[in-house]
Amino acid sequence: MTKLFIALSSFLLLSGCAGNWGWYVVDPSTPNGMTNLKFMATGAYYTILMSLTAIIISVVVGLLIALPGLSAKPGVRAINRVYVEVVRAVPILVLILWVYYGLPTLTGITLNVFWAGVLALALSDSAFQAEIFRAGIQSISRGQYEAAQSISLNYRDTMRYVILPQAIRRILPALGNQLVYMLKMSSLVSVIGMQELTRRANELVVTEYRPLEIYTILVLEYLVLILIVSAGVRWLERRMQAAES
Amino acid sequence: MSLGTDSPIIKISEVSKFFGEFQALKSVSLDVGSGERVVVCGPSGSGKSTLIRCINRLEKHEQGEIIVDGVTLSDARESLEKIRANVGMVFQQFNLFPHLSVIDNLTLGPKRVYGLSEKEAKARAMEYLERVRIPDQADKFPRHLSGGQQQRVAIARSLCMEPRILLFDEPTSALDPEMITEVLEVMTELAGSGMTMIVVTHEMGFARKVADRMVFMDQGEIVEIAKPEKFFTTPDSQRSRDFLQKILNH
Ligand SMILES: Nc1ncnc2c1ncn2[C@@H]1O[C@H](COP(=O)(O)OP(=O)(O)OP(=O)(O)O)[C@@H](O)[C@H]1O
Ligand SMILES: [Mg+2]
Repeated sequence: MTKLFIALSSFLLLSGCAGNWGWYVVDPSTPNGMTNLKFMATGAYYTILMSLTAIIISVVVGLLIALPGLSAKPGVRAINRVYVEVVRAVPILVLILWVYYGLPTLTGITLNVFWAGVLALALSDSAFQAEIFRAGIQSISRGQYEAAQSISLNYRDTMRYVILPQAIRRILPALGNQLVYMLKMSSLVSVIGMQELTRRANELVVTEYRPLEIYTILVLEYLVLILIVSAGVRWLERRMQAAES
Repeated sequence: MSLGTDSPIIKISEVSKFFGEFQALKSVSLDVGSGERVVVCGPSGSGKSTLIRCINRLEKHEQGEIIVDGVTLSDARESLEKIRANVGMVFQQFNLFPHLSVIDNLTLGPKRVYGLSEKEAKARAMEYLERVRIPDQADKFPRHLSGGQQQRVAIARSLCMEPRILLFDEPTSALDPEMITEVLEVMTELAGSGMTMIVVTHEMGFARKVADRMVFMDQGEIVEIAKPEKFFTTPDSQRSRDFLQKILNH
């Protein structure tokens, strides 16, 4: 993975020497290039912070929405279906615009860019999380519920100590995917002015007129970020397996 | 039809259970005395599992009444939790919690239901692991144990709740032959300790040795209740005879 990254970047650097490229805008050996690089890279802070905050909220909301979806009562299940279908139908960008520009008029509460972005991302993702949790919980055999009941555990304890720990292990790869997806979708929050990776790249392009180099760096930033996250998720999966042997 | 006992700890009166249109239990009545060992047998699909699963309300009966240790089964949560803490169940497929070590499988119930501390729960768990003769496996995970060991852990998990009644649903049917004995030995020992037991099993050797009464079911009905000496030699009904013939010549 790192090798690929080095190969890719050295290829780009070398071809940059050939002509069309103007790497000076992001050349760390020049003061201006260094400033630009720092400006771009520090956007990662908001990309990560926003994505992590959003995924934590969406996991919690997703779980709360998944639970009624498991009910035997059709009326209760309908809550889950309506939520999932409606939220899933709205494009994330539209949701971001609606939360940021629309919601204040509706509720009188103005959210700053960060929280508007987090809320929109979390809302959108929660529908997918709900489906992931529902599938994960449904994959646990009936015998597990019955064993829990036979030792008199109530619903809450059954979920907390028996069903969810097993379900979460099974859905961990899917949750990892969602986090990657979230990191990518957070780029959309740039449209309302959030100073994350994409917004900063855009602003730099406006002042430096070197979209090729700057967006290439942006691509690499996302690539690195997501490779790290993927490796982290795999590490977590391995650790959970190791804990059981 | 029911055979009376003096102090029934379980009273099942005219219980019927439906799965949609299909009637799995047809007005079944049975009293089980405190400390009694009842073995339930009968052909596949006769309602044996359904009957014992009604006793701890894993299945809800539609008609009739079940009273366990003085508490009438209903949807009331309080009575349900009381009954389930008092009635343990051992399943054919063990149903251990695969993500928990053996010791954690055993301590979960006592900690959550009785509020025991980690230390108390562990002490109790070790005591019962010794009873089922696998104290050395405490820190392993279920999937690293043999089937026979897993089933003994499942029995210990039930015992940790210190129930007055234990239900067994074909506890040895999923086991390789060489492991059946170790589980039956543990069950025989339990029977000697005064535990009230209802055991669904095809292990007729065990039934002969341990059962106070045999219950024979067919097509959702209790066809015959008899002492094992009588049931295995001169059963009253033709259906019992046919069943015994099949199972004993098998
Ligand atoms: N959840 C269910 N839904 C529909 N029918 C069921 C359900 N559970 C059991 N039955 C039916 O009820 C009848 C009795 O089932 P039960 O499991 O009690 O039989 P059993 O005597 O335990 O049989 P076996 O020896 O095969 O375990 C069977 O015909 C079965 O198909
Ligand atoms: Mg059965």
